[in-house]
Amino acid sequence: MMTYAAVAVTVLLTAAGAMALVRIVRGPTTLDRIVATDVLLAIIITGIAAEAAFSRDPTALPVLVVVSLLGITGSVGVARFITREKS
Amino acid sequence: MTLENVLDTIAAVCMITGALLSLAAGVALLRFPDLMSRMHAATKPQVLGLLLMLTGCAIRIGALVDITTMVLIAIFQLATAPVAAHMVGRAVYRDGHTRKDLLIVDELAPDADKFTEVSPDQSRQTPGAPR
Repeated sequence: MMTYAAVAVTVLLTAAGAMALVRIVRGPTTLDRIVATDVLLAIIITGIAAEAAFSRDPTALPVLVVVSLLGITGSVGVARFITREKS
Repeated sequence: MTLENVLDTIAAVCMITGALLSLAAGVALLRFPDLMSRMHAATKPQVLGLLLMLTGCAIRIGALVDITTMVLIAIFQLATAPVAAHMVGRAVYRDGHTRKDLLIVDELAPDADKFTEVSPDQSRQTPGAPR
């Protein structure tokens, strides 16, 4: 039964990641791409957690700690960079 | 049906629900009309999707050391996602990418001239205008 669950989760996450990638490629503004990149990062974290769950192997969990802690830097940096300030 | 089967079923339901939330965010990124509503959809896999997936992971692995790591992951994600969303939303409003016709209430509008040089609507309609 776990095999079916693994296949279902993989298919769902792959479809979600593909749609986020389409938005990154098409997104009319940079901010669209930042939001889509955040979603893609969340999907990647979810996928790594799913892999750890299905194989009962906690090796990848420290990677998730780092990614969830540092995922903020990209979007904050770009958002600060492109905001027009009143001079 | 043994206890392990029951736990595996609960874990599988949690993980499939989390994956469905990720899929919902993917669909919303493609279908929603403007940036603010896309940001609303983007929080689904970042918070609830990840928490459900970590719950399934904790049920499957079941060692206390690893569950502590998962609690850390959840705390870091819950602490950092709102900050990033705040910064992006601020940039969205200041650069005039909001669709005014889709907003029900715009509490920033009376003070908009304090932090933008031109009104957001003007800057969107005539991108080549002097600023």
